[in-house]
Amino acid sequence: MAEDIAVGFCRLLRSLGLKVPTTATINFAEALAVVGLDDRDGVYWSGRATLVRREEDQVLYDRAFAVYWEHQRNLSDFEETPAEPVTVLLDSDDENSGEDDEAEEAPEDSEAVRFSVTEVLAEKDFSQCTKEELDELTRLMAGLRFTTHHRRTRRQVPSKARTGRPDLRRTVKLALRHQGEPVRLARTMQSTRPRHLVLLLDVSGSMETYSRALIRFVHAAVVSRGRVEAFAMGTRLTRITRQLSDRDPDAAIAKATPDVKDWAGGTRLGEDIRGFNDQWGIRGMARGAVVVILSDGWDRGDPTELGEQMERLHRVTHELIWVNPLKATEGYAPLAAGMAAALPHLDRFVAGNNFSSVEDLAQILAGSAPQLGRN
Amino acid sequence: MTESIEISSVAQVRAALGEHQYLADEGLATSIFLAMSLERPLFLEGEAGVGKTEVAKVLSRWLGGPLLRLQCYEGIDQAQAVFEWDYARQLLHLRTAEASGRAIGADERDLESELYDERFLIRRPLLEALSSTDGPRPVLLIDEVDRADDEFEAFLLEALSDYTITVPELGTIRAERPPLVVLTSNRTRDVHDALKRRCLYHWVEHPDFDREVAIIRLRAPHVGHELASQVARATESMRELGLYKPPGVAETIDWASSLAALGKTTVDEESVRVTLGAVLKYREDQSRVLSNDLMSLFSQASG
Repeated sequence: MAEDIAVGFCRLLRSLGLKVPTTATINFAEALAVVGLDDRDGVYWSGRATLVRREEDQVLYDRAFAVYWEHQRNLSDFEETPAEPVTVLLDSDDENSGEDDEAEEAPEDSEAVRFSVTEVLAEKDFSQCTKEELDELTRLMAGLRFTTHHRRTRRQVPSKARTGRPDLRRTVKLALRHQGEPVRLARTMQSTRPRHLVLLLDVSGSMETYSRALIRFVHAAVVSRGRVEAFAMGTRLTRITRQLSDRDPDAAIAKATPDVKDWAGGTRLGEDIRGFNDQWGIRGMARGAVVVILSDGWDRGDPTELGEQMERLHRVTHELIWVNPLKATEGYAPLAAGMAAALPHLDRFVAGNNFSSVEDLAQILAGSAPQLGRN
Repeated sequence: MTESIEISSVAQVRAALGEHQYLADEGLATSIFLAMSLERPLFLEGEAGVGKTEVAKVLSRWLGGPLLRLQCYEGIDQAQAVFEWDYARQLLHLRTAEASGRAIGADERDLESELYDERFLIRRPLLEALSSTDGPRPVLLIDEVDRADDEFEAFLLEALSDYTITVPELGTIRAERPPLVVLTSNRTRDVHDALKRRCLYHWVEHPDFDREVAIIRLRAPHVGHELASQVARATESMRELGLYKPPGVAETIDWASSLAALGKTTVDEESVRVTLGAVLKYREDQSRVLSNDLMSLFSQASG
């Protein structure tokens, strides 16, 4: 009886998008068995403890609870939230693809032609790319390597060198082979690992033509290695790491876009970065990390807020980089109020308008390009 | 083997925690009750200073068993968390065997089994918690698990799902009776889902006004009721200001105690100004609060 009710509730939660593994359902049923079904609070908190594993899911749980246990509202009321229509620009084919014939002009030596097309494409501004060229870019970006500077960790690993801390565990093991005589003193050394990489992509209206290409860059980074986090900055900040971790770029980007509230709206960069600082960055994600902001710097909010938040972020990061697609434009000066406010707090300010510039960015992340002094 | 305290209801848990100086709300009390009756680890997440660690401490006070605390940090590994061999004594043992001539011609395996004997084993908190057999149930606190790295998490999975631990040289050790496990996290990073799935989860909120007043009175008995109410009201309004670090319960208690230490029974502007550092730990937060009418924090109708 109680089991059926528990299973029914878990089904409802799943249908609303909450991840409820079978073990959680079993826990819930067991919890109900000890708490009983007659007390509303007991049932509510049993479910909270067994079925919810993230603070963000509490709202969803509360709604489902109201419907299932308290019959307060109809399920149809749930449709209200995901209403905001989202245009997935990646599929739009507004420019008629007249250029894709080029590739087939020299059939006898297709490889060479393909290469030269790639070369042209590397310099082509993202905003001018057709759908086909974007697909080609996706392939190119998948070939990029996203390493970051290594940092030392507290973890000790076996060392071959004659320096470092003595490793008695291994020394004893080795001694056993020599009838108990400790012939060799084994040692450990500190291990290193790449720093966290955090990418914040502006997806507002003014960035539209660039963000559809740059999200492919972000996707390539997320799937290339661990410890990469991705966020979209629209009218609000959205974490898109999980969605982008699908290997298939189109599937990943399609998954990430419905979560982004405003793919083509305005931005308040200061608020978004504040949201990042408060919810994720200062707590730990940005600490000692390489943080990259990909934005044109057009801020509809208060530039002093942006300046203040950038200063806060800069204080905890290892390196703070701003990638601005407009920087490559001739005669560009960072005059937009937001950009000007952010500039003093950056370690690097680079262009990001075409493939060769993001290729350079990957080099910078790997630490092979010289860095400006941090003060 | 017998449980010294019989747990029968959520209300009982709540009352017992209260007796031991912890005021839990309904949600937390239910989670604790479930953790105890279903023998599951309890995973507590919440802002810094809402009293997560305190839960484990009060549970061990109540149950009368030992509190085994494992403070996590980056790079923590098996040697600090589970067990380590006493290498110095092992080496000494080898030298003795050698000196007495026993080692000559001895089988390597014999020496090895002598070395990896329980008497050379140093038990760290996890192993200690799993190998307790009599007396009150121990409470194992795995504090700030988000600070450990993912390798360590994977390791906790084995220990927490079946309450077993494998020591390569000795074999698998299974707990005769599982300890009460409390994990805490400040959410500096996401802990892996697989680990959370094995636990009961509770998000610890800031207390509401009445509970916060009661907590101050309980934890800082020298603070008068009026001062406690004023401080609770002010911290409640501070949490609405969008500060970088909204004050937690720990700060509220500190602040109330600081004011009481200055001999205050009610707040005044001067004493608030000089004690602000007890409750707000960022310069920006302090200047934001100071730029408004300071005393309005205490008068706002709330709760």
